[in-house]
Amino acid sequence: MGRFNIERQRLVALALLGLVLFNPPMLHVQAGDGGAGPGLYLFGAWAILIALAAWVSEGPRG
Amino acid sequence: MSPWAVFLLAVGYLLLLFAIARFGDRRADQGRSIITANVYALSLAVYCTSWTFYGSVGRAASGGLGFLTIYLGPTLMLMLVPVILKIIRISKRERLTSIADFIAARYGKCQSLAGLVTVIAVIGIVPYIALQLKAIASSLQVLFPHGQGVSLLGLDTTAVIAIALAAFTILFGTRHLDATERHEGMVAAIAFESLVKLLAFLAVGMFVTFVLYDGFGDIFARAAAVPELSRLLGLEPSLASWTSLVLLSALAIILLPRQFQIMVVENVDEGHLRRSVWLFPLYLLLINIFVLPIALAGLLQGMPGNGDTFVLSLPLSQGRESLALLAFIGGLSAATGMVIVETIALSTMVCNDLVMPALLRVRALGLEQRSDLSRLLLNIRRVAIALILLLGYIYFRAAGEAHALVGIGLISFSAVAQFAPALFGGMYWKQGNRAGALAGLLAGFLIWGYTLLLPSFAKSGWISGDFVSQGLWGIEWLRAHALFGLEGFDEISHCLFWSLFFNLGLYVLVSLTVRPDAVEAGQANLFVDVFQRRVTQASRLLWRGRASYQALAGLLERFLGPERARQQLQSYARKRGLTQLENREVDAELVRFAEAQLAGAIGSASARVVLASVVEEEALDLDEVLNILDEASQIRAYSRELEKKSRELEAATRELRAANAQLRELDRLKDDFVSTVTHELRTPLTSIRAFSELLADDPGMEVVDRQRFLGIIVTETERLTRLINQILDLAKLESGRADWTASQVDLPALIRHAATAMEQLFRDKAVALRLDCPDQPVLVMADQDRLTQVMINLLSNAVKFVPAGAGQVTVTLECTADRVRVSVRDNGPGIGPEEKEFIFERFRQGGNTLTDKPKGTGLGLPISRQIVEYFGGRLWVESELGQGAVFIFELPRKKDGTKTEQREERPHDPQDPDRR
Repeated sequence: MGRFNIERQRLVALALLGLVLFNPPMLHVQAGDGGAGPGLYLFGAWAILIALAAWVSEGPRG
Repeated sequence: MSPWAVFLLAVGYLLLLFAIARFGDRRADQGRSIITANVYALSLAVYCTSWTFYGSVGRAASGGLGFLTIYLGPTLMLMLVPVILKIIRISKRERLTSIADFIAARYGKCQSLAGLVTVIAVIGIVPYIALQLKAIASSLQVLFPHGQGVSLLGLDTTAVIAIALAAFTILFGTRHLDATERHEGMVAAIAFESLVKLLAFLAVGMFVTFVLYDGFGDIFARAAAVPELSRLLGLEPSLASWTSLVLLSALAIILLPRQFQIMVVENVDEGHLRRSVWLFPLYLLLINIFVLPIALAGLLQGMPGNGDTFVLSLPLSQGRESLALLAFIGGLSAATGMVIVETIALSTMVCNDLVMPALLRVRALGLEQRSDLSRLLLNIRRVAIALILLLGYIYFRAAGEAHALVGIGLISFSAVAQFAPALFGGMYWKQGNRAGALAGLLAGFLIWGYTLLLPSFAKSGWISGDFVSQGLWGIEWLRAHALFGLEGFDEISHCLFWSLFFNLGLYVLVSLTVRPDAVEAGQANLFVDVFQRRVTQASRLLWRGRASYQALAGLLERFLGPERARQQLQSYARKRGLTQLENREVDAELVRFAEAQLAGAIGSASARVVLASVVEEEALDLDEVLNILDEASQIRAYSRELEKKSRELEAATRELRAANAQLRELDRLKDDFVSTVTHELRTPLTSIRAFSELLADDPGMEVVDRQRFLGIIVTETERLTRLINQILDLAKLESGRADWTASQVDLPALIRHAATAMEQLFRDKAVALRLDCPDQPVLVMADQDRLTQVMINLLSNAVKFVPAGAGQVTVTLECTADRVRVSVRDNGPGIGPEEKEFIFERFRQGGNTLTDKPKGTGLGLPISRQIVEYFGGRLWVESELGQGAVFIFELPRKKDGTKTEQREERPHDPQDPDRR
């Protein structure tokens, strides 16, 4: 229970991180406006978020 | 490509799905579920419909990266695991089978609320179903541009598709009635479909990106060169639109009836969330990677249409028919998956929350008398499925042509978003009540209809669009897309803002004004505190009444079918270890069980109504309910306190027991002591008496004999006196009443004095005594006489045990900075480890006391130890058998200049086995 609980809190923290990464002001600052920049940023941030979620929920226990 | 070949391919694919579903169901019946964490995560991808498969490309072709918002929202929402877990836990505990059921159950199992949620869901989802029909229809149009569509009985292609989907869904989802509304076969088929659509889309994407062009860089570079296309590479300029789409999609992943069905109702193991929290977002990411490249490629190639069909038309334009067919199957997968799950979920809601309550109310139907209603329930659901698809078809005809796919989907998303305040509020806010939920939902729904649904009809010219452009009755602030003068938003953000504003506002406002009734208050506690076991246990107390077992069982048989009802009741009895339910009084637990079973079949609101027909329930009023819940928490506090008290008591008992054992031991020691003392006293007394009698009886005894006898008497008397003195000493020491004067004692001088006193004894036994003391004085604080007693005792012990003639005793005095150590070493037989333990006990002596003559009183060492310890030192022995023995005592050294006696903390010496 305790283990799953800290895991849940970490996932919620990730959701909050995602909220910051994907909110419009942040997007415009990070992604720039032209070329492949915005797409790269969006998919990159998304992939990192997914990787972190996978690591939190399936990574080594203990 | 012949239309019939495509038709057969599609039918073949649907049959494959059917086979998978059958397999899944059979495995579930055998208790070997095929629903694993991966299957669960994949089945969540029923979220990706034709909207994703076709519509995203269209959206990207007009709005650039904005299409991604629909997938970022769910990614974030899934990571809010505690929220999702809570919904799942509540639904499992309360046997809830749909989102309407969930909301109705929370607000006192209210039928009108269940009905309202169902109506909103059905009306809200109809455009979404139309979207799927439109997608399939337009995909067929792309495959067969010359209108050689399949037509039956004069119906158009879309109608044929709708009928086929209805038939398939009916076959699929309503084969039997399950108390939990779980369809494992369906979930397996949906997971399979998710794989198919992902692979199909990736195949098209890779073809376009890597065959048609030279990778992402190539496409982006070419697009950037065209001014209209370079715009698509950037982000949507509107902050409101971006934010509201992320919010909408985040809500939709839970609130869409099919997502609720798959994520909550079909969840077999809460642990599966662990996998889906990252696997499902990964799926979303993969299926979106090629969306923008395909859209740009379609535009670069000058494909006709708004982009919704690029996935098909691009491969076709390159002559890749098989790839186009694969794409068609993928799109079909996406559409059928959505339609199947959505209509099953909606039909359950329609049946349980709209039709059943109405039928139950109409007494003329005599539903109470019908023996088996389970067949009726299934038929209602079948009709509901057909009707929902029919509505979808009508919407498609009425408004479908004017909108792009995504535009239609967003209308549905906005409709189900209205459930958010009632659902989340109900999970975390106990004060939220039925009146508030009803008011909020109704307001939100009306605003949604006015600002989004009706304008969509107006856009297609089905109704007049005046209310959009000029406002209802010409009132300007009622313009549908600029309500209350709010302008500058896109229509979705505009609708979302106003509908959620009134929805949430009224929910909170009314909840805080109107007092809830008893059932609501009870349910509110069950929902909000679902993770607290005490509360759910207390829920059993929330029912009071009378019912007969036969009536209850009869009710279950009617709604579940006789066989299933019997099974459930038997398993209920088995779980509680009861052999017979028939003759027992029906208790609250059994009633709750029956209600849960019924709720699984007909929804919680209807279940409550039908149950009321056979159960004579005593109505609890609100205060009673709150009291019961209060009591539950009080009992909890009491029991915690009791536990604490009992722990304290246990500890006290343990201490007492230990003290008692010690007392017994002391008592035993005292008895031993007394009997030993008596014995020791009697020996000299006996000999004194014997010799005195001899002297008295024989007056003419020889002088020599007389002298000898008198000598013995004197010795024995001395021994007696010594013994008694020692006992008195010991008693004084142990009671702490010894009044000794501590003064400066010169230890070397004291040792020499003791040695002189013992000189005769050593000489008699021819034992060598060696003193190894410094000449200068070494001062300690002690009582001179007592310390001499210790020294003499140690020397006399040593001389007693060394062999006559060869004996050697060495006294050594060593000084450290703050201690003085005196050791008395002999070369006697030594002391075994077990003897070391007890030679310091009273009347215990070294050597074999059975065969050897006792050589002393057995009090010397205990007394010596007491004395040394009294002056802050310690006394112990180091010895091994056959190696002689060393008795050592240590005293704190008298510091020069300090007058006070220092009783220092003794250092811990692990070599000292005799420390007490």
